[in-house]
Amino acid sequence: MKVMAQVGMVMNLDKCIGCHTCSVTCKQAWTNRDGMEYAWFNNVETRPGLGYPRTYQDQEKWQGGWVLNKRGKLQLRSGGRVKRLLSIFNNPKLPAVSDYYEPWTYDYDNLLSAPLGEHSPVAQPKSTITGNPMKIEWSANWDDDLGGAPETGPNDPIIKKIKADVTDRVKFEFEQAYMFYLPRICEHCLNPSCVSACPSGAMYKREEDGIVLVDQDGCRGWRMCVTGCPYKKVFFNHATGKAEKCTMCYPRIEAGQPTVCSETCVGRLRYLGLFLYDADRVAEAAATPNEQDLYEAQLDIILDPHDPEVQAQARRDGIPADWLEAAERSPVYRLAKEFRVALPLHPEYRTMPMVWYVPPLSPVVDSLRETGHDAEDADNLFGALRSLRIPMEYLAELFTAGDPKPVMRALDTLSVMRSYMRDQNVGNPLRPELPQRVGLTETEILELYRLLAIAKYEDRYVIPSAHAEAGKELEDLACSLDGEGGPGQFPEGGQGRPGGGTATAVAPPRPVAAESFHALKGASHQRSDATAGSIDINLPHWDGKGVPLGMPQIRKSDD
Amino acid sequence: MNIIVTGLLAAEVSTTSAEVAEPSSLNLLLWIAFPYVAIATIIVGLVWRYRYDKFGWTTRSSQSYENKIMHVASPLFHYGIIAVFFGHILGLMIPETWTEAIGLDEHTYHMLTLPLSLIAGAATLIGLIMLIFRRRTTAQVFQRTTKNDKVMYVFLGAAILLGVFTSWAASGIFDDGHNYREDVAVWFRSILIFQPQPEAMASAPAYFQIHAVAGMLLFCIWPFTRLVHVFSVPLQYLMRPYVVYRKKSPHRSGNRTTRRGWEPTRTD
Ligand code: HEM
Ligand code: SF4
Ligand code: SF4
Repeated sequence: MKVMAQVGMVMNLDKCIGCHTCSVTCKQAWTNRDGMEYAWFNNVETRPGLGYPRTYQDQEKWQGGWVLNKRGKLQLRSGGRVKRLLSIFNNPKLPAVSDYYEPWTYDYDNLLSAPLGEHSPVAQPKSTITGNPMKIEWSANWDDDLGGAPETGPNDPIIKKIKADVTDRVKFEFEQAYMFYLPRICEHCLNPSCVSACPSGAMYKREEDGIVLVDQDGCRGWRMCVTGCPYKKVFFNHATGKAEKCTMCYPRIEAGQPTVCSETCVGRLRYLGLFLYDADRVAEAAATPNEQDLYEAQLDIILDPHDPEVQAQARRDGIPADWLEAAERSPVYRLAKEFRVALPLHPEYRTMPMVWYVPPLSPVVDSLRETGHDAEDADNLFGALRSLRIPMEYLAELFTAGDPKPVMRALDTLSVMRSYMRDQNVGNPLRPELPQRVGLTETEILELYRLLAIAKYEDRYVIPSAHAEAGKELEDLACSLDGEGGPGQFPEGGQGRPGGGTATAVAPPRPVAAESFHALKGASHQRSDATAGSIDINLPHWDGKGVPLGMPQIRKSDD
Repeated sequence: MNIIVTGLLAAEVSTTSAEVAEPSSLNLLLWIAFPYVAIATIIVGLVWRYRYDKFGWTTRSSQSYENKIMHVASPLFHYGIIAVFFGHILGLMIPETWTEAIGLDEHTYHMLTLPLSLIAGAATLIGLIMLIFRRRTTAQVFQRTTKNDKVMYVFLGAAILLGVFTSWAASGIFDDGHNYREDVAVWFRSILIFQPQPEAMASAPAYFQIHAVAGMLLFCIWPFTRLVHVFSVPLQYLMRPYVVYRKKSPHRSGNRTTRRGWEPTRTD
């Protein structure tokens, strides 16, 4: 046994309102740059739908992830190492920019500069790649809220899959009864196929927290990782010629803060915490023969942080004490393994994804309510779930390689929680037999309720700070290169963008690093007063003092 | 050492170019000074580039913009140019005396290598023309073509074009041809072992000389273009474990100035 720690995420799909705030804040933080206009490290797709990039789940087509070869060993679906090197001159399965969408802006200037005329001027869409006028035909969210679903819906790879054995009842049942949003980021997999496909070894998984990153200095632009990732969450920056991906906001995680998408999530549906897992058994688990057993295999290598044996081994493997303590309080561990309400996305890709999803119950609740039934009653919910065969199969294709049992179990648990808590709230007699039906105790149901429904900030995010070598802190506070004229000097106006600053010039902020973050935060008070009138603080150049404008307040509790 | 040296500097030189007296200063410049300048530039240039611009060290693939032409052109060009590379090694590094020693006379040797060289040259050239055509005609690709790329293509195109011409001219298909292994190759090896024999090259046909100059010019710009990707052929991929783990580097987090590639999106 070798114990390693992994920062994992759980998203509670019931609460996602499809507002795309997470996508937008992520874009602002990471991808609002030349060459990355088309990239969304976080995207929210409507299911059923084509997804982003279109039909990425069709691995016959895109060849992402792993398969078992004839000898039962793991191999990248796109082929072995030699084949990969031989096809390096032209990656046979690289999505084109058009499979994502051609990014555009509008010719706003024309609105102001057009000569006086009979018709009001228009702002034409222009491609941000070529600068030429273009016709907008697709985007990252073209089929949002089932827009155009009659046309595109049938091409949803999952619909296609279940349609093969069901029939076309699917289409309508879906549109009427079961639509939900699926926010997606990189899964920071335990067995990442992107890393395994990278010929130059520039992609890596961090030993400390399992975050998967691209070394920008090591990437040589062989663009094999894009094909390797079955979730299509590595993006090729076509301006710099380097691969980029979701970083799990590691600078924030290192400082003990949630990722930007989590912090800004309107539905407050994201959970962050640690998993402890047995690194020695990852490959074995990923090579489980039957696809439908992969979910269990994945749960199986996740270790119990309360187990003294695990703790002892973890200490021997160099996991710090405060990390172990955080692992014990981890909300993601509780939701995924203890309550089993959070499920992995497409375990059949065999990458061991570490972003888990609580499947949505609310579409069922809504349809029950619409038909005049009591939608808070466990029996009604159980019955409805069992009659909604197609939606259940759809969810099962997403989360458990087609096995409906774990999905059903998760939804049953949510139904029980709903029903039990309703009794409590309206003062009905409590029914202890309800929790038993899903194998939980009454206390556990209350805890689940607190975690999922009350969802306090400190319960959702249990993130231990990174550990750094002594001396590093001082070094970061005064870097000789940041002096005037030095290469690290901050540009005038704060942004380095022409016209970026307003009248108030910003003093060059002091560098902030994960390790010095808390030290700086301690001294924050005078500064936040002093800058009360200034409106020029922004996140990239924020020195870690006070609250940067435009950022939601970081509160200890927000209920 | 001496034995190897004399072996490499096949003795024919003294007979074939005995009439050539002291090489002119132009010849000294072209066939002694220039090759060493080119070698120095490529070595120093690569070290410099690696130290100061690892971030720029990439193929800058443009496949995601256009793949209809690319999926033929790029493999055609690359497999062609790799064959051409090995052809150069074979032709320039192996002395004629060695192949003769294993019983290949000049005629047989040429009959064996000629078709290969013609095919490789044609594949490279056709691939190159397609790549350049694609670059010019696909709006997205052309928009992202830098000045650097254009200069690189001029030098690369010149070297390849002249090279293909040279191989045809020397092949003996049109006239008597020319056995470059008796002069060009001797000069080439003489440079590598630091015992330059400029007179060997000075007596070679003009098309060989021009091609060699074009090649050396290409070496001089090589480290400063996207061609650096050639020096990072990822053969280590065959040996390493699939999943790479790395420790969090202590010097990587924290604020830094914005680097190239991290500028905000153009909105003009
Ligand atoms: C085995 C060694 C090599 C490898 C693995 C390699 C790989 C690549 C790759 C992946 C690309 C990007 C193609 C794309 O846009 O997707 C590329 C482009 C290119 N390579 Fe190579 N290459 C090698 C050797 C060479 C050599 C020897 C030359 C020429 C002397 C060369 C010249 C070029 C040029 C000119 C391009 C740009 C094509 C374009 O987009 O117009 N490469 N190479
Ligand atoms: S989801 Fe993330 S870690 Fe997993 S294969 Fe894709 S890019 Fe790699
Ligand atoms: S911010 Fe939260 S609620 Fe809004 S789309 Fe993203 S995940 Fe859903």
